[in-house]
Amino acid sequence: MGFFHRHRGATPYLLLAPGMLWLGIFFLIPLGFLVYQSLQSGNIDFGFHFTWAFGNYWSALKGYRGEFERSFIYAGLATVIALVVSYPVTYWIAFRGGRWKNLLLLFIVAPFFVTYLIRTLAWQTILADHGLVVRTLIYLHLVSSGGRILATGTAVVAGITYNFLPFMALPLYVSLEQIDPTLIEAAEDLYASKWRAFLKVTFPLSLPGVVAGTLLTFIPAAGDFINATLLGSPTTHMIGNVINSKFNDLIDYPAAAAMSFILMAIIVVMVLLYARAVGSENLTG
Amino acid sequence: MTDQITRRVFLRRAAAGGSILTVPGLLAACGGGSSSPSAGGGDTVPHKLAKTLHFSNWPLYIDKKGNTHPTLEQFQKKYGVHVDYSEDINDNASFFSKIEPNLSRGQSTGRDLIVMTDNSRYPALLVQKGWVEKLDKTAIPNIKNLIPQQRHPSWDPNRDYSLPWQSGFTGIGWNEKLTDPVVSMGQLLGSPKLKGKVGLLTEFSDTMCLVMAYNGDDPSHITDKTFNKAIDTIQKAVHSGQIRQFYGNDYASALSNGDLTATMAWSGDIVQLHADNPHLNWQQPLTGGDIWTDNMLIPKGGNVYTASVYMNFVYDPKIAAQIEDYVNYVCPVLGAKAVLLKQDPAVAKNTLIFPTKKQLDMAHTIDPTALNNEKYQTAWQNLISA
Repeated sequence: MGFFHRHRGATPYLLLAPGMLWLGIFFLIPLGFLVYQSLQSGNIDFGFHFTWAFGNYWSALKGYRGEFERSFIYAGLATVIALVVSYPVTYWIAFRGGRWKNLLLLFIVAPFFVTYLIRTLAWQTILADHGLVVRTLIYLHLVSSGGRILATGTAVVAGITYNFLPFMALPLYVSLEQIDPTLIEAAEDLYASKWRAFLKVTFPLSLPGVVAGTLLTFIPAAGDFINATLLGSPTTHMIGNVINSKFNDLIDYPAAAAMSFILMAIIVVMVLLYARAVGSENLTG
Repeated sequence: MTDQITRRVFLRRAAAGGSILTVPGLLAACGGGSSSPSAGGGDTVPHKLAKTLHFSNWPLYIDKKGNTHPTLEQFQKKYGVHVDYSEDINDNASFFSKIEPNLSRGQSTGRDLIVMTDNSRYPALLVQKGWVEKLDKTAIPNIKNLIPQQRHPSWDPNRDYSLPWQSGFTGIGWNEKLTDPVVSMGQLLGSPKLKGKVGLLTEFSDTMCLVMAYNGDDPSHITDKTFNKAIDTIQKAVHSGQIRQFYGNDYASALSNGDLTATMAWSGDIVQLHADNPHLNWQQPLTGGDIWTDNMLIPKGGNVYTASVYMNFVYDPKIAAQIEDYVNYVCPVLGAKAVLLKQDPAVAKNTLIFPTKKQLDMAHTIDPTALNNEKYQTAWQNLISA
């Protein structure tokens, strides 16, 4: 008679306990502190005190609407571009990769062996005003003479797309790879064109990968500030830059906490709407 | 108070855990590990040298020969103390926030010596909060070589906690290969030829001093009106796309690789960068620049005796001359000029190192009350980060 057998009713809860404990300690309690801090007022000289300072939220929304909007626009653009770029690539690897599949996947992941910071700094050199890329683009009249890419919104979106691409590509690959090719053959046997078979069979079956990929890309991208710091200019700052400056330069913890909470709340709402739109079964695969 | 600190600490840790890949996270990781005694160092100072002196300084701020720093090597030879030298200070605000969590908890920062600028609020704040150690003046007989005008700063009247490392001017640096001389703030902030190729500094005092002087206002007596006018001036330049970015010490690489054509710059940096890129120039703006002093401080928990012995070492005119010969900032040590006149007369006559009266008259200093004005600081941070 095993322990789990005797306490059959309690088993699911016992199995859940470690995960719940983890969530409680490393997510819920810090989240509570975040909310608590976001309602404080004061400054570094005299200390911060809890005063139900809801004003922190209003001033964050009122003062930094532009940065919030820009964060979601940049993150959204980067997510869409990453999806458009990685879908054909992973599709090809999954269906045509053959015995090279693993090697090809490695190529996608390989840049991740270099740290995030160095990869982003490398883009500063690649996109430098007097670098090869910009000079070529000027030569092709794609960038106006004397124009630039670095320190523009384009560079920031490009940096985010590049840095988060594997988060899009890997889940996509997993769901495409699991598709049974005989289903597509069956559709074609039933006189579906290749395009129609893709739209009616392949794409719907790959939706869990699309959903996972877009979430994994969009959520961290919305809070990112490294790309905007290193590749942007003062007119391309995202909300992450403001939070960083409130936290690190002004040492205004309540404002930083309030902004983080707002960012999180907006993301949660967007994820819920997204889940409703695509169907929650696609969220879990 | 204690439980409020605990909460802040908790948040800090939560933040650190979630931001392994961020810049501050990376930099903080580099600063870790220390052999210096832990916090709370009492009044009795052990007169025993540590094995290692952990020294945090700004980039381009000490003599260099190949990959070594002769001054630090000589120090090691003479005293047997290895100097763990990190160039991890990019601007005052972000460096302060890097060490603040440790200091506010009464923990060592892992550093024995740091360098902060008197035109920021932080040296005064560190003294006022008791977050810096008193110098062991018995170990610093060379303190007599401190130039008289630096002996009694308002925030540390008897130099109990600090000694100047270097002073410097803030002005305009430009690349003559890419532009005609840029000698006025008007050109920097408005010339269409420089659009998108101009850098300003993240340091409140530097940028404010130069812009206010350009506006015809007095930076040493800031009023709401002159402050708002300066913010407007800068905002216009940001919105028109004139300003590429606000920089800390990292403007130096952007200027040398041509991403910046002209930028606000610190005097000595350009002289040093000149060796690699002879097209770089520096000048005080026609309406005046500003002058500031960087101060060596011993953060709480640092090894007071070892750091004091080091301060004494660099206040030897011979050593000071050796550092000046390379860094080209304004020297706070008496006697260094005499040494340089013999060794390197060109440097001794360089007015960036031993400035003329006219240059000093052209250099403004910031109104210290503005540094602690929360409204101003918030407006400033909003401007540079939003």
